[in-house]
Amino acid sequence: MTTTTVYDAMAQALAEEMRRDARVLMFGEGVATKRADLLAEFGSARVRNTPLAEGIIAGTAVGAAATGLRPVIDLLFAPFLCYAMDELVNSAGKLRYLSGGQFDFPLVAIAMTGAGWAVGSQHNHNVEAWFAHAPGLKVVMPSNAADFKGLLKSAIRDDNPVLFFVDIGLLYQPGEVPDGETLVPLGQAAIARPGQDVTLVSYAKTVPVCLQAADALAAEGISAEVIDLRTIKPLDEAAVLTSSRRTGRVVVVHEASRTCGVGAEVAALVAEHAFDSLKAPVRRVTGPDAPPPASYPLEQAFVPSVAAVAEAARQLSAASWR
Amino acid sequence: MNTVSPAAPARAAAPVSPASAAIPRLEQPEALLEAMLLIRAYELRLSEHSARSGTPGTCTAVGQEAAAVGVVSMLSADDLILTNHRSAGHLLARGADPGRMMAEVLGRRDGYCKGKSGSLHISVRELGVVLTSTIVGGELSLATGVALSQTMLGRPGIVACFFGDGAAGEGTFHESLNLAAVWKLPILYVCENNEWQAFVHRRETMVGERIAARAAPYGIASASVDGNDVEAVRAAARAASDSIRDTGRPFLLELSTYRLRGHFEPDDQAYVNAAELAAWQARDPIARMKASLLAGGGFTPGDLDGIETRVAARIDAAMAFAEASPWPDPAELLTDIYA
Repeated sequence: MTTTTVYDAMAQALAEEMRRDARVLMFGEGVATKRADLLAEFGSARVRNTPLAEGIIAGTAVGAAATGLRPVIDLLFAPFLCYAMDELVNSAGKLRYLSGGQFDFPLVAIAMTGAGWAVGSQHNHNVEAWFAHAPGLKVVMPSNAADFKGLLKSAIRDDNPVLFFVDIGLLYQPGEVPDGETLVPLGQAAIARPGQDVTLVSYAKTVPVCLQAADALAAEGISAEVIDLRTIKPLDEAAVLTSSRRTGRVVVVHEASRTCGVGAEVAALVAEHAFDSLKAPVRRVTGPDAPPPASYPLEQAFVPSVAAVAEAARQLSAASWR
Repeated sequence: MNTVSPAAPARAAAPVSPASAAIPRLEQPEALLEAMLLIRAYELRLSEHSARSGTPGTCTAVGQEAAAVGVVSMLSADDLILTNHRSAGHLLARGADPGRMMAEVLGRRDGYCKGKSGSLHISVRELGVVLTSTIVGGELSLATGVALSQTMLGRPGIVACFFGDGAAGEGTFHESLNLAAVWKLPILYVCENNEWQAFVHRRETMVGERIAARAAPYGIASASVDGNDVEAVRAAARAASDSIRDTGRPFLLELSTYRLRGHFEPDDQAYVNAAELAAWQARDPIARMKASLLAGGGFTPGDLDGIETRVAARIDAAMAFAEASPWPDPAELLTDIYA
């Protein structure tokens, strides 16, 4: 194990995969400028700066992916994905299907999001659910350095288009990363903390929030299990349902706005398939249906707090409808 | 660029344009005329079928056959094609089987895309028609990546990207030209300026007459020619592709033509100026080609009858094949979503 930041863990993943497969290349706004180490090792053909034009960055990746390359693109901030929606949703997500399976689209689109830098809602907007709703795409949103590395490597090796969301607040968080080859499979959730009484389902920056809430709950005699989804799509339904059936109490936690968010999908999944195990209604603790603000205290207020998660779990533990 | 490492999986490295045998060599005037007649007959037959049966109508390019045949006939087997919703001409000129295309349009199992595309986004990998987007401008956003693959993987072919004057109004047109110029990508941008952008005349949406004029600010060479004269198109396409192969840089070729039918079938074209339509009907590229051949000697009305009979028989057989093709199995709904 080596301690490294999320940023450096991603850099390791990129370098290892580019070393392994000459078809992998990376381009985007400032990629060659900011990743000088990759530029030095792999050259200007495989590490490229681009114009500030997200549509053509994404479209170029889609066209390249269909014809033999394995591009990784950095689109900077998640709201900028709006400029690349056609290329990612209509082309990358659909043209395999529409062509009757003639083409693969092995590409990774990286974008940052989330509270932490006080940049306001045109740079911070957790839009992962938009892409989970689009057919043909995969969506990844890790919570710690080891997963960032292992999931990014798997995403690059995947033959499908993957949206890889980087929670800004985690970017310079240190974490233990295994030495040597580390792959974390897409579509596999992790039990970040085992527990018996209540299941906290989350991903990205709110996983640490849930872990802190679990600490507080433990002091009160409530044993909380924390499920880190890691991949939003494909969703590890089995992991969610197994834990939900065992505890009978589920809180879904994410920073993204509530309405039609990932939490709604998880809640519906549990209601459809584990209803008979539930001892209380599924709860959601999420960001509000508001644009994320810039002002630091307002931005922090947007994010589900340890206290709010603990309180939701506490209420569920007290409740019993059967 | 480095070669692919042995540790890497090999599947995505398969060439995209292997089957040059299926790509016809269109050179002789009679062959060019026959290709144009085949496209016309194909589109009119599907339009009739749609009107009669109520199946979804297609976006035709009737009147634009010289543009398609002229450019595609000048491409080599290594070259790749991206096209759009008005793609029948490009596909047929490249050698696509009209029966499998019609089966696709009818949503049948034997269509090139298993019936999942319909008429709007037909791709044929073995012919190098690599991507088709019906989102106007989508093909422009993808062409840069296809050309990047060609250069980085050391493949010889250039990339022909067909779009209309409507797509030239999309932001991605400018983004694509700019990146292709900056990265020196071998793209033949082919703007089939057919005067119509869905239900809106080009004059309402642009100042000036020529899309080709937009190339120079990006440092891209361009030409604008009569798109209803197949030999003029061929000469321009040859010059453009020679320029791309010589310089490695993109080229914008604008072909002036006209959409003689509506945006999609059925369309009564009540919004079309009758005098303008009549003027362009008088410049019908197929009628011009016929007249030219018949006037030149050595080509007789009997020869023309022979070609037209052959084309009609192919279209009859194609429609029979398509109608006999089974519907897809319902289980196909959930295949081909992910690799």
